Formats: sequence, C-alpha cells, structure tokens
Amino acid sequence: MTSIVDSLVKSFSSFNLDIAVLLPVITLIGGTVIFLIMAVNALIAVYFERKISAFMQDRLGPMEVGIFGFKGGKKFWGGIGQTLADAIKLLVKEDILPNNADKFLMILAPFIIFTGAFLTFIGLPFAQNIVISDFNIGIFYIFAMSSIGVIGVILAGWSSNNKWSLYGSMRAAAQIISYEIPIGLSLLLVVLVAGSLHLGDIVQWQADHRWFIFHSPFTFLAFFIFYISTIAETNRTPFDIPEAESELVAGWMTEYSGFRWALFFLSEYANMLIVSIVASIVFLGGWLSPLQIFNIFPDSWLILDGPAIGLFWVLFKAVILIFIMMWFRWTFPRLRVDQLMYLCWKVFIPFALANLFLVSLWELIF
Amino acid sequence: MEEQAIAKSVLETGEMVLNMGPQHPSTHGVLRLKIHTDGEIVSKIEPVIGYLHRCFEKHCEYLSYEQIVPFTDRCDYLASMHMDHAFSIAVEKLLDVELPERVEYIRVIIAELQRIASHLVALGTFGLDVGAITPFTWAIRDRERILDLFEALCGARLLYNYIWPGGVSHDLPPKFVERTLDFLDYFDPQIDEFNNLLSTNKIFIERTGDVGVLPPDVGINFGVTGPSLRGSGVNWDLRKNEPYSIYDKFDFDVPLGEGTMGTIGDTWDRYYVRVLEMRESAKIIRQACAQLPDGDVHEAIPKKIRPAVGEVYGRYESARGDVGFYIISNGKNIPLRVKMRSPAFCNLSVLSEIAEGWMISDVIAILGSLDIVLGEIDR
Repeated sequence: MTSIVDSLVKSFSSFNLDIAVLLPVITLIGGTVIFLIMAVNALIAVYFERKISAFMQDRLGPMEVGIFGFKGGKKFWGGIGQTLADAIKLLVKEDILPNNADKFLMILAPFIIFTGAFLTFIGLPFAQNIVISDFNIGIFYIFAMSSIGVIGVILAGWSSNNKWSLYGSMRAAAQIISYEIPIGLSLLLVVLVAGSLHLGDIVQWQADHRWFIFHSPFTFLAFFIFYISTIAETNRTPFDIPEAESELVAGWMTEYSGFRWALFFLSEYANMLIVSIVASIVFLGGWLSPLQIFNIFPDSWLILDGPAIGLFWVLFKAVILIFIMMWFRWTFPRLRVDQLMYLCWKVFIPFALANLFLVSLWELIF
Repeated sequence: MEEQAIAKSVLETGEMVLNMGPQHPSTHGVLRLKIHTDGEIVSKIEPVIGYLHRCFEKHCEYLSYEQIVPFTDRCDYLASMHMDHAFSIAVEKLLDVELPERVEYIRVIIAELQRIASHLVALGTFGLDVGAITPFTWAIRDRERILDLFEALCGARLLYNYIWPGGVSHDLPPKFVERTLDFLDYFDPQIDEFNNLLSTNKIFIERTGDVGVLPPDVGINFGVTGPSLRGSGVNWDLRKNEPYSIYDKFDFDVPLGEGTMGTIGDTWDRYYVRVLEMRESAKIIRQACAQLPDGDVHEAIPKKIRPAVGEVYGRYESARGDVGFYIISNGKNIPLRVKMRSPAFCNLSVLSEIAEGWMISDVIAILGSLDIVLGEIDR
C-alpha cells in the first residue's frame, strides 16, 4: 500500500530538494487536501441532511439559493448553494466572546476539536492507495486521535462561563469517554481476528476470507455495538444529549458563534464521515466490491472491484451509514443521561467483553 | 472535630441555581423556571411567571362585552375558539338568551376542531421537548389544514373573534362541512402514523413512562384539570359532567390514563390522553356535521349587551382544562369585573410537586406534558 505522502516524496525526489524544504511542502499539500475533504464533506453532508430531513418531515428543504447564478427556479438547483451561503454567513458573522469567559481557552477550544478531526484524516484510507500517510497502526491511531476532541469540548463548556455550556460539556465528556470503551473493544475484536492494526491488512484479510460483519455472529454483533457507539461518540440523536437543544439550549456550543461555531460544525460532520469510513473499512470490506460476495456475476463485472473503483465503494458504504445516522436523527427522540450511561456500561461493555472472549474461542475452534 | 469540619467544607457539593427561561427553547413561551440542581438531579423548582402579563382582567373593566371577545382570543392563543366560546357562554348565561340550534352545532364543530389543532401543537412540541423533531412538523402540517378551515370560516388563522355572545360572526362558508369531513378522513390514519412515529417508540416510552407521576389526589388538590388530570385516571370532563352547549347530544368517550407504559398518571399517560382525545373530537365533529340544522346564526345576537345586575360563573372544558369566567355586571354595557380561571395556571402549579427529584431532561418532559400556554397563565 502506498500513501499520498509516499508518492509525493517519490515525485519530488527528482528535484533533489533539501529535506527541510521538502517536508513543509508535502505537509502543506497533505493538509490542504484534508481541509478540502473536510470542507467539501461538510458542504455536501449538510445539504444532504437538510434535504433528507425535509423529505422525512414533509417539507421541501432549501429551495431558493442556487449556485453561480444557476437559480432559474429549476428544481434541480433547489437550494444547492444554501450551505455555501451559510458558510459565508458564518465566516462574516460577528465574533462574540462573553465578558466573563476565559478568552484564551474559549478561542483555543474549537481548534482542539478541529485538530482532533483533522489529524484523524491523516491515517484514514479512502481506498487502497488513497491515504495521506500509511500507518501500520492505523486503527489505533484513528481511535486515539478521534478522542482528542473531547478535551476541546470540556474546554469549550468550561471557558464559556455559562451553566448550560458546563452541563453540556460535562455530559459530553462522560458520554464520549464512556462510549470509547465499547468502540475500542469491538475494534479490538477485529484486530484479534485479522492479526493486524493496519487498515490495509484488515481489508486484505477480508478479501481473503469474508467481510467481518459476516465472519461470525460475534463480529456481526460487534458491528452494531461499534456503529451505535459511534453515533454516541459523534453526539448525534438519539444520543445528542450534550447539545440537546430543547434542554440545554445548545449545550457546550451555546456561547459560540460565527467562525468558531463553524469549526465545531465542520468537525461534527467530519467525525461522522470518519466513523462511517472506519466502520465500512473495518466491518464492511472497505474498498472490496459487494458484488464479490454473491459470486453470481460474470467476470467482466468484476471490473467494479478494481482499485480505481475502490474509492467509490468506500464512500458508497460510508454514505449509507451516514444516511442511517441521519434517519435516526430525524425519527428518534433523545435518551436521558442515565439511560445513555446504562446502555453503555450495562449493555454494550459487557456484551463487547463477552464478544471478545467468545470470538477468541471461535477462532480457536474454527 | 475541626478536621471533620474542614473536610466537610471542602467536600460538600453545593447546589447550582439554573435559570431556565424566560428565553429557553422548551419553556413554551416566556416561562422562567429557577431550578436548583445537584448535578443533573433537580431538587427544587420555582416557576416565575408574569413575563407575558397584559392586564386582561383590568382591560375587561373598560371594554364592552363585545370588545372583550378579541381579548379572550389572546389568552390561550393556541385554542382561541375555546376562549371565545367560554366567555360567550358566561355572557349568555348572564343575558339568559336562547341560541338557535345551528349556532350551537357550529360552535361544537369549531370547538372540537380547535381541540384537535391545540392538541396537535401540544403533542408536537412535546415531541420536541424529548428530542424528536419530525413529529412536530407532522403535527403542524395537519394543524395547518384545520387553520385553513378556520381561515375559510372567519378569515383569521390564529385569533378568530368568531364566537360572539349570542351567536357566531359568520355562518359556515359553502362546502365547509364537506371539507371538514374530508379533513377527518385524512386525519384518522395520521393519528396511527403519529403513534407509530412517537407514542410507541421505545426511547420515547423510556423517557416518559413512570416519569413525573401525578397522583389523582395531588392533581385534584392542586386544581389540575383537563387532559393533565384525566391522564391520572380521574374522570372529569365538563363536556360530560356538566354538559354545556349541546354536548349531551353527542356520543363520545372520555379517555383516561391507564398506566399502559408505567404508572397511572405518568408523563406518557398525560401525553396519550391527548392523542385519544383527538379521536373523540373527530367522533363528535362527525356527529355534529351529520345533524347540522339550518337556521340564521345572527338571530340571537343582541344589538347591545346590557345584562341585568348580577354575577355569573361560566365553565368550559378547553383544550387545557377547566376555563372559568366569573363576570359581575352592574347593569351597564361594561362589566364591573371579569375574573378568569386559567387551567394552565393551575396545571403549572403542580409542576414543582411532581417534577422535583427528577433530572433536568425529565423536568422538560413533564413541563411539556402539562401543556401550558403562557398567554393564558399570565393573561
């Protein structure tokens, strides 16, 4: 597996540049790519979510704002520029810092959250060779980086000097830290079976054997524990209690506005993409074509399984998972804090632990 | 001893006073709740009201009876027809007028449509309170069709000034009955859909079942009325117990809380009673539409309302409970005093009784299940 950084180094090596020049250039290119991914993801995902929620709620959603002058009242352009307009609005909004807030921490917090999401993308493969930097401990790295965000959440809640923010951040801290355990345990199970922390190897294992979700009843269960826990980790309904708008106004984001708030927003949608891609890579075969499983299609169809189409399959699976998250959000009520903790500590963690034990036995026997 | 005192002062966790409202998404208007919290647990709730006080009762002392009707609209703005109707009933009692049959039937049809509309808002916003957003838009979508009917009826969509002492302002517009029946045919399956989406949702039941139980005796002691009391299993509905207008002519049931998802009188019961009441209202409207007689709706409206000296108390079962208008007349065209009994006010008073000891999220849910309207509480 080659990564983008590797190929960049290779292509720049012909220029005989000094390493001190080469490294910043490559870092900058990689960083720009990640930022573009995050921004485009947020633009598309927000539009997607608005339209989905609108159709679920018997509305039309954004219909007016076109893009580059393509308005014309045509349905196809309905509201396609809305998120762009919103982004511009957020960027030019007045930046409000409350008088009694801890200004340094309050400014710092969104960047920590953003950094957590940003760093995760470095190790996240979008297809076989499309990864910024290929780690041999990829899954561990992603898991570690995605938990950085909670520091920012706590800081944001504390520094705002607002009781609602404080409540939101305390809830978020408890929730995110708790739900990392079932996520970790279910990922550990996959690592145990595949024998590697490297995401490429895990997909290769699935190519050699079968997708993890179909591998054994325990991995099947692990997928659901993983998926539901990631919904909790990304603070989405029915686990959106940290920002529960009907209880805590906006939770830890209450005092934020403008660009800082946009960073929260960007990170939230980036996290959705991250967990969905991780789920699709680890459990759903990553860049492997689902057509392969059934083995009923003629060989000429297997072109759909080539490396070129790998990006499509990863994103396809991720988008389905994201759609299910949105579906949840627009149909379910919200859990209460204690029920959320109950679900985590008394249901998911025991099941995940038992799962881990049983899958070891299963591997030993079969 | 001293060490103990120091340890206590260090370890003791104080209570935090949280100011919920008057600007808060879930206080249904401008209610302010001072909440004493210990972590997530709420130990004490002090509702602070008065942010929407508009001196309704004082205004009434300077306005003639006809002019008061639009003011009653603005009390319970989600069930304006009920307020008009309640006030008109009290004035008619004072005047002792005989109403044409058609007026009574129209009033019943309109009042029950209004009950459905009001309950839809209550159920939708209750869904919002527990975090479900889609039920709200679905409820508002259906309410919109009722508002369209009302718009055809009297031109207004929220504050109608339609039911006047002695009659109604306009006769039914052409095709109104057909449109109403069309709406009911459309609406019945919507209730099932709503139940599928929210009422029987596992998370929703977890959030509302067994939460904020209102025991019947506490409810009666605090003067709770309407669906909130019936959720506790108390069979008290003025339409049955003290029939006004022509409610004794119709066949309908009074839904009561049965503790299906927990204890009798829990938040789910209070919620579900409203769902069932919408069906009963639909039943009443169907009967009234079938029996609607002809006649002149303006026949009994007095040219000038100038009741004899005396006082009267008119009671009415509004969407929120027992509305009462106590009117003292000194023989002029302006009442000497009007006192309004607000059901939402009494329902709110029980909040601190049943919501203390629960979590913040539950307080929101319990408050939502009491279905308060601040315009009526503050008047």
